[in-house]
Amino acid sequence: MATVELRGIKKNFGTVAAVNGVDLLISDGEFLVLLGPSGCGKSTLLRMIAGFEKPTEGDVLIGGAVVNDLPPRARKIAMVFQSYALYPHMTVFKNIAFPLKAQGVAKAQVPQKVEWAASLFGIGHLLARKPRELSGGERQRVALARALVREPSVFLLDEPLSNLDAQLRASARDELQQFQRRIGTTTIYVTHDQVEAMGLGDRIAVMKAGQVRQIGTPQEIYDEPADTFVAGFVGSPPMNLMRHREYILGFRPEDFHPRNAINGAVKTAPFKFNVSRVEYLGADRLIYGTLVGDYSDQKVIARLPVTVTEKVDAGARYDFTVPERELRFFDKTTELRTSPQPV
Amino acid sequence: MVESFRTWGARLTRASILGVLTFFFAFPFLWMLITAFKQTGDLYDLQHNPFLFYEPPTLEHVKRLFYETLYGQWLLNTAFVGVLVVLITIALAVPAGYALGRLSGGWGARLGIGIFLTYLVPPTLLFIPLSRVVVNLHLDDSLWSLVLVYPSFTVPFSAWLMMGFFKAIPRDVEEAAMIDGYSRLGAFFRVVVPISMSGILTVAIFSFTLVMQEFVYAVTFISSVRNMTVGIGVPTFLVHGDVYFWGSLMAGCFIASVPVAILYNFFVDRFISGFTMGAVK
Amino acid sequence: MEASTSVAHPQNSASRAKSRASILDSESWLGWLLIAPAVLYITLLVGLPFLMALYYSVSDTTTGGGSMGFVGLRNFTAVIGTPKFQTALKNTLTFGLISQVLILILSNALALALQRDFPGRRLIRFLILLPWVAPISIGTIAWLWIFDSTYSVLNWILRLTGLVQGQGYMWLGLPHLAMGSIIAVNIWRQLPLATVILLAGYGSIPQDIHDAAAVDGAGFWRHFFQVTLPLILPITLVALLFGLIFTFTDMVIIYNLTRGGPFDTTQVLASLAFYTGIAGGDLAEGAAIALFLFPLLLAVALGFLMIAHRTEVT
Repeated sequence: MATVELRGIKKNFGTVAAVNGVDLLISDGEFLVLLGPSGCGKSTLLRMIAGFEKPTEGDVLIGGAVVNDLPPRARKIAMVFQSYALYPHMTVFKNIAFPLKAQGVAKAQVPQKVEWAASLFGIGHLLARKPRELSGGERQRVALARALVREPSVFLLDEPLSNLDAQLRASARDELQQFQRRIGTTTIYVTHDQVEAMGLGDRIAVMKAGQVRQIGTPQEIYDEPADTFVAGFVGSPPMNLMRHREYILGFRPEDFHPRNAINGAVKTAPFKFNVSRVEYLGADRLIYGTLVGDYSDQKVIARLPVTVTEKVDAGARYDFTVPERELRFFDKTTELRTSPQPV
Repeated sequence: MVESFRTWGARLTRASILGVLTFFFAFPFLWMLITAFKQTGDLYDLQHNPFLFYEPPTLEHVKRLFYETLYGQWLLNTAFVGVLVVLITIALAVPAGYALGRLSGGWGARLGIGIFLTYLVPPTLLFIPLSRVVVNLHLDDSLWSLVLVYPSFTVPFSAWLMMGFFKAIPRDVEEAAMIDGYSRLGAFFRVVVPISMSGILTVAIFSFTLVMQEFVYAVTFISSVRNMTVGIGVPTFLVHGDVYFWGSLMAGCFIASVPVAILYNFFVDRFISGFTMGAVK
Repeated sequence: MEASTSVAHPQNSASRAKSRASILDSESWLGWLLIAPAVLYITLLVGLPFLMALYYSVSDTTTGGGSMGFVGLRNFTAVIGTPKFQTALKNTLTFGLISQVLILILSNALALALQRDFPGRRLIRFLILLPWVAPISIGTIAWLWIFDSTYSVLNWILRLTGLVQGQGYMWLGLPHLAMGSIIAVNIWRQLPLATVILLAGYGSIPQDIHDAAAVDGAGFWRHFFQVTLPLILPITLVALLFGLIFTFTDMVIIYNLTRGGPFDTTQVLASLAFYTGIAGGDLAEGAAIALFLFPLLLAVALGFLMIAHRTEVT
């Protein structure tokens, strides 16, 4: 159990600044997700916490102590790699036992610890197999067991679910979160998948171009995005953003409904919507089109749940609205969140 | 790699291993170069520091090499044999490598092993019967005997290298060509060969160096000095009984080794990738 | 592989429209067709002479081309008993095994040292390759000059550093020194290729595995012996096999450096076969000597390949 703190971390590769000033405090037992597109620096940040890269500037603290000069093995951390990095020539048992042996754990204790870790993930029956004989999901669990057996202070996970089939990913996500709740170890998780991030994290740090744009709970990130990048990155389909007068206006597709479908008591902002295409997705309908009038034909998407039965056809124009409290306003130049403006 | 390499002790070990071994490898060539340009008096004076030039460097050894021996002729002979053998090797090994890499089923892997086994039968065994064959074909003392026989050790490994290179080319490219209207063979010539040009060049350079290296067959089949290749001319002819013209000898050695090495150096990376590709069956 | 079906392509004018599958489409036939010239050539120039060598070894052929009568295993029995054969056999084993063990250790050390990038790496790599690319006879002559009994630069350096008094060593003139010298030259010659092959092997291990071992806490030796070494074992065995075959069948170094001397102490089977068969004119006996190693090499090769196959992990 430990806190992890990053102070003023910068990392340059030659002239490229992969990480450009990050300050982060992760509490003991917290599940923090580093979310961002490729190239945003999240993996580099993780590798600096692990000790594979040295920060160009700044300090990494684990459990309150500066660890910049400590090699990975001295940091009491465990890491699960995107490729799982299982030792291909060793059995599952030996894979899990390897860190114990490296730390000099007494020979007699090794088998019971290995079995404990294996049983936590339900792979006790696979101990004699080699990695190439396992499925993707099984390999992932072996990687987790190997990480767990060291009883580390911090878990580092680098996109561990991205190599799994889509169906497996949801159940793996569920298991992972339950497991973390049970064990209670501080966990730092890197992903580019915002659904994963929203589902797993206690807090999410959204990164772009080497900096953290916003850090908060999933609800904070979603409901109160700090800038247009966060607003557009989280949420599927992304928030509708459009230039309007001297600011940028934003609203989420699920808040964009036909006027008739909204309770009359709610204050709303009106829009004229030219529909170009309708996608029927089962539980929702996605309506694609453009806004007319002040909004100079900018493209927007509406998401209507199946409970909204209003008929919407491609090629027609409709009166749509957004509740005023769901409107978000961003500064035109800095793209940061600003206070509400007249629409 | 491993974190511990960053420590000073490790750095020192690494540097010393590299230093000692690199010196071990390169020193003879440095020594060749110095000897080639040292004047005879300076060279054979036991009191002199062998690394210093007490008299100004001279071209007399190089001159003697080219004007008083048949070294120039040997270089031409080697080039002649080399080019022809490379062409034959490419003609045989490129299609064979393709067959092994693409069109094989189970027998492909087995043939691959068979190629290895060819090297178990080395020139130091085959030269005995081949010497008879060469005589019977009236090719004894002719460079054509070498042209005939050399592909026997260039082709197997070249085929294996090409197999590796071809495996690295995705099948999609050929299939696209076949949809566009080529037969498989047409796709091979029109699409695959141009893409693997650098691999073919690598094989060419590698085969050429093998030809330059070869000693056993050359010394067995060639007897007259005129027809010697550089690999046997230098050791056998420039060494007159017990009087060795070391200056010219070393000049000859340097010229016969370093330029080709420079050329080879450009292709080494591709050679390695072809080798590993072929090893991953 | 079945013949592929025809393809219709009205638009593409550059293509040769074939409406029927031809032999050029058939995978199996095409395969045989492409590989046939190479296979034919190798059969004629390796397979046949090999059979001829087998025959010579059980005949009484000489370079004069006289009789070619069958004499059974007489050549083998006659030569195996001779002291010169037995010395040659012993020398071959000494030369081969010591060389390979040293090459194995040194190539690993060198490959490890070359892992990280550093300034001048390309130049170092070029220098390291020189002994391999230079024609073997040429390189050997350079060493002949370095080992020269009177003018050896090596002796000069040793005298300078005070490590030796007087004239210095007769590198090629004393039995154990001569063996040491040819082993050194053999290592000089083969180490580059072994290193390059090992480098390729090291490069094929994904970096993730090294990172995982670092996180798991493995120190340098545990990391090397328990993680790295098992993963490069297949390619190491291949390199070792090539090296062994090459060393056991090499005669160039001995021919140019010591001529088998002094007093046969550096004569190996390959050079003995040459001197007997070509210089001596007794093709039959030469073939018998040369063939002696063949079954051994074949067994070793098959053994190695089987082990290499079994240690493959992916």
